[in-house]
Amino acid sequence: MRSIRWLAVIPFLALVVGPFFVNRATPAVLDLPFLLAWIVAWILITSVIMAVIYSTDPSNRSDEP
Amino acid sequence: MNGALVIIAAAALLALALGFLASRGKDMSLEQWTVGGRGFGAIFVFLLLAGEIYTTFTFLGGSGYAYGKGAPAYYILCYGTLAYVLSYFMLPPIWRYARDNRLYSQSDFFVRKYDSQALGVLVALVDIVALIPYLVLQFKGLGIIVEIAGYGAISSTVAIWIGAIIVAAYVMVSGVHGSAWTSVAKDSLILVIVIFLGIYLPYHYYGGIGSMFAAIEQAKPGFTVLPAHGQSLWWFSSTVLLTALGFYMWPHTFASIYTAKGAKVIRKNAIVLPLYQLILLFVFFVGFAASLQVPGLTGSNIDLALFKLSAKTFDPWFVGLIGATGVFTALVPGSMILMTAATLIANNLYRAVNPAINDRQVAWLAKLLVPVVALVAVLFTLKGGDTIVALLLMGYSFVTQLFPSLVLSLARRNFATRDGAMAGIIAGVATVAAVSLSGANLHALKWLPAQVQDLNIGIIALAVNCIVLVVVSLATRQAAVPSGVAAE
Repeated sequence: MRSIRWLAVIPFLALVVGPFFVNRATPAVLDLPFLLAWIVAWILITSVIMAVIYSTDPSNRSDEP
Repeated sequence: MNGALVIIAAAALLALALGFLASRGKDMSLEQWTVGGRGFGAIFVFLLLAGEIYTTFTFLGGSGYAYGKGAPAYYILCYGTLAYVLSYFMLPPIWRYARDNRLYSQSDFFVRKYDSQALGVLVALVDIVALIPYLVLQFKGLGIIVEIAGYGAISSTVAIWIGAIIVAAYVMVSGVHGSAWTSVAKDSLILVIVIFLGIYLPYHYYGGIGSMFAAIEQAKPGFTVLPAHGQSLWWFSSTVLLTALGFYMWPHTFASIYTAKGAKVIRKNAIVLPLYQLILLFVFFVGFAASLQVPGLTGSNIDLALFKLSAKTFDPWFVGLIGATGVFTALVPGSMILMTAATLIANNLYRAVNPAINDRQVAWLAKLLVPVVALVAVLFTLKGGDTIVALLLMGYSFVTQLFPSLVLSLARRNFATRDGAMAGIIAGVATVAAVSLSGANLHALKWLPAQVQDLNIGIIALAVNCIVLVVVSLATRQAAVPSGVAAE
């Protein structure tokens, strides 16, 4: 399951490369201009990705805090 | 004394009380004072690592940036998120190595990994040059906040002196324990205040978030997207990348990793911290709301947007509460910077020339240096002109130059040699300084493509740094294979 760590690359693509394709104000999503909505959405997805990585990472199974 | 001032004064006293109480029942050895005895659990580590997000820079600067420039402000949301992704993989090995080798500072880490006192001194110097302007920024912010939120009853100069004395006092007594305890008050206040302001102000003035953005688009077309030139997409991407890499290179943030009780705490934080910093979205809403309601602020005055709009909207006691929050956003990061700078001077500069000194004497010296560093920062705040602004702009780019040699040192076999690391850092820092101080920028080089002109200069310096590091490391490989850089 170590390959699942590579999911961590996705937020970098979305937030460093992604803006080049979504630099627009419309359509507004949940009242936010599109570019801002894109960024907010990816922050939420990033948290999910980190949760997936955390739960599959064997080093979190040990008892140390 | 007006209502606002009473609340601000109460906040200052609360900070002082929490700061002092934090040391109760602990003997303040160097290990307790600088890294909390490496015993902090999830909440304290979370707050210390999150502390970087809610400084005066984000409170005043984040809303000011959205007010004055619009979409470029979004970069603040992006870099934190990416830094937390990196933190999952990068911080646990740093934490473990620091625990096993009983390290106190970021400079210690380099000394041990590269087996070089000289590299440690270099890193400490880069750190201090970046930290002092950052402290000055907190003091400056504090002065502005108290002066405006207190309706001018206390001048910013007086506020800066009082703030500096308070923070120096509790840092001397409690060290990082004081920062941790006061950050609980800071983050509770900021959560409530910022979310309230970010929702109330758009509804009050525009009838909603959507209609606020519609009104802005009408009045200033293109304000909520990145412009074609200047702070363009290329600027945005290079800045997000640079600041994400540099995030944990700030020495006070780096040292707060050491306070953790375990590595799992740090990894768990990487899930929650991206969500936590979404509160910045509400800071942006305040700035956007202000852009049409209190227009006309320009230059560095854009940082006043949040308070100008608040003073126009609310009763004095509530403005005082916002001011109290602002005071905490200055004091908490200020306390960490102060402690880190004093530790670096005592532990990594003084000890380098006088190795005979023991931990107890270093702790004593560091505590003694706290008021000295605070005094220097206050003088810079009151007397320093544009120089300090220039240094501040360079600060982030400076500390980011430590990134390549730090990351390489985490590898099982470190490619970088001691000389390579030193040469790379010096080349990177020199590039940043030369370009910033000479006022040159890539826009002057007309033959470059527009995209390259917009790149953040720190990225270019980082590239120079990496090239020099590789070349010098290859050249010195045979001559000096660093010992003590064994597998993590």
